[in-house]
Amino acid sequence: MVTRFLADTATLTGRSMKHVTRSPDTIITTAVMPIAIMLLFVYVFGGAIDTGPEAASGSYVDYMLPGVLLITVAMGVSYTAFRLFTDVQGGIFDRFDSMPIARSSALWAHVLTSLAANLTSLVLVVGVALLMGFQTGAGGLDWLAVAGVLVLFTLALTWVAVVAGLSARTVEGASVFSYPLIFLPFVSSAFVPTTSMPGPVRWFAENQPVTSIVDTVRALFAGRPVDGSTWTALAWCVGILVLAHAFAMVTYRRKSA
Amino acid sequence: MSIAPAADPAIRVQGLRKAYGELGVLRGVGFEVARGSIFALLGSNGAGKTTAVRILSTLLRADSGTASVNGFDVATRPGRVRESISLTGQFAAVDGILTGRENLVLVARLRHLRNPGRVADELLARFSLDGAGGRKASTYSGGMRRRLDIAMSLIGNPSIVFLDEPTTGLDPQARIEVWRSVQEMARGGTTVLLTTQHLQEAEELADRIAILHRGRILVEGTLEDLRRLLPPARVEHVEKQPSLEDVFLALVGEDGVDEVGVDDGAGEVGGGERAAGSGTRGRR
Ligand SMILES: Nc1ncnc2c1ncn2[C@@H]1O[C@H](COP(=O)(O)OP(=O)(O)O)[C@@H](O)[C@H]1O
Ligand SMILES: [Mg+2]
Repeated sequence: MVTRFLADTATLTGRSMKHVTRSPDTIITTAVMPIAIMLLFVYVFGGAIDTGPEAASGSYVDYMLPGVLLITVAMGVSYTAFRLFTDVQGGIFDRFDSMPIARSSALWAHVLTSLAANLTSLVLVVGVALLMGFQTGAGGLDWLAVAGVLVLFTLALTWVAVVAGLSARTVEGASVFSYPLIFLPFVSSAFVPTTSMPGPVRWFAENQPVTSIVDTVRALFAGRPVDGSTWTALAWCVGILVLAHAFAMVTYRRKSA
Repeated sequence: MSIAPAADPAIRVQGLRKAYGELGVLRGVGFEVARGSIFALLGSNGAGKTTAVRILSTLLRADSGTASVNGFDVATRPGRVRESISLTGQFAAVDGILTGRENLVLVARLRHLRNPGRVADELLARFSLDGAGGRKASTYSGGMRRRLDIAMSLIGNPSIVFLDEPTTGLDPQARIEVWRSVQEMARGGTTVLLTTQHLQEAEELADRIAILHRGRILVEGTLEDLRRLLPPARVEHVEKQPSLEDVFLALVGEDGVDEVGVDDGAGEVGGGERAAGSGTRGRR
C-alpha cells in the first residue's frame, strides 16, 4: 500500500512538474513581483524608512528580504491552486479518481510540485537580493533552518491553495485567496518595525503569523540566536498546515457526495 | 449474439436514486449488463446519464439503491470496482500539456504495467495517432483527442468500460472510428456501457438499449424488442432515403479525407497524419 502510494505519487508528481517546466514563465512571474517590490523598497522608499536599532548594522535589503521571501511563496501558491483547478475542471481528476491508484496521490503530487516550484522561485529571489548587496552572517546550519522554515511555510500555504483549487468555480476564484496572503507581509514587521504603527494596526501586525515568521528568518540571517518568535512561527506554520490539510481532505471527499 | 449466461452480470443496478437538492435526477433506476456485451443508455440532454455513470465509476454516491460492478458494490468496495473498470468521461480527460504518448505512458505507469512505453506505442498505432504521438495533446482536433482519451481508457485491459457520450461533438468519420474501437473492445470480451443521445449510435452498437427519461428507465431490451413496441406499419418508404450522413460520407469518402476538427480543436484543421494511414509520420 505504502509503496503503491509512493510510486503513484512519484508518477503524478513527474506529470505535474512537466506543467511547471513547460511553462517556466510561472516561476519567473512568481519571482518578478517580489523582485520588483524589493527594488522599489530598497531604491525608492528605503532611504526614508527607519528600521530602528534592530537593523542598524545591516542594509535595508537585509531587513526586508525575509518578508519578500514570504510574498514570493504567497504568489507562487496561486499557481498551485490554478493547476489543481484546471485538473478538476478538465476531468483529469475524475480519470485518476476512477482508477485504482492510491487515494490522495493526486493531491500530494500537486503539493510536491508546488514545493519544487516555490523553492526555485525563492532561490531566484535570494539570488537577486545577493546582487543587490544582501549580506548575512548566517552559517550553513542557519541557512538550513531558513530553508526549513520556508518549506514549512510553503507547505502550509500550499494546502490552503489545494482547498482553493478544489472548491473554486472559476479560474479567478482559484487564485483570489492568495491576494490577502500577498498583502499580509505589508502589515507586519516585514518592511517597517511594528513599533512605528498606530495601536490597533500594531496589535494586528504583532499577532499575525507573518511577523513571527519574518522575525525568525531575520534572526537566522543575522546569525542571532532564535527566541520566542521562532516557536510562535513554527506553531503558526504547523497549525495552518494541519488545518488546511484537514480541510483539503474534507473538500476532496465531499466532491463525491 | 452468443453471450454466455455468466453467473452474475457485469453491472447490476437496482432502485438507484440521486437528487441534487430538490432536483431528482435518478428516481429508481435499475438495469443489468451482461458480461461481454455492449449496453447503451439512451437519453436526451439532462436525462441523468452522466450522473448514472459517475455513480457506477465510484465518483459520486447515490442517495439510495444499489449498484454493483464486476460483483462489487460501488458504495462499499469502491477500490475493487476501480480495479475492474475504466471511465471515458463526457469531456475528453487528456492532459493538454503532455504529448499524446506521454498521456498514455502516464496511465500505463499508474496501472503499474511493466512496459509503459511499448503499451503507449501500440495504442498510438491502433488509434491512428502514431504520427501525432509527439505533439502536445492540446494541439489535437476533437476527434484525435477523443481517440486518445479512449486509448487511455483501454490501458491495462479493464474488464468493464464506461463511455459517456463518446461521440458527441465528433464529425461523422471520427464517430465511425470510435464505433469501431467500441466494437473491437467488445469482441475482445470487454463489457461496454455507453451513454448516447443518438438513436443511431445505440442502434449501431448496442446489444441492449435502455432509454432513460425523467429519472427512470422507460424501456430496456434489444433493438428488436424496442422495435416491437411500435406498430410495424410505419417503416415503409422513409427507409430508402439516404440519410444526410450517408450523403456526406459518400461525397467526402470515409477514409480519404483529413479529419476536420469539429469542436474545440485548438484552431487546427485536421490531423493529416491519420488520413494517409501509416504513410505519413511527419511531426510538427
Ligand atoms: N453537480 C450538480 N449539481 C446540480 N445539478 C446537477 C449536477 N450535475 C448534474 N446536475 C443536473 O442533473 C441533471 C442530469 O444531469 P446529467 O446526469 O449530467 O445528464 P446527462 O448526462 O444525461 O445530460 C441535469 O438537469 C443537470 O443540470
Ligand atoms: Mg452527460
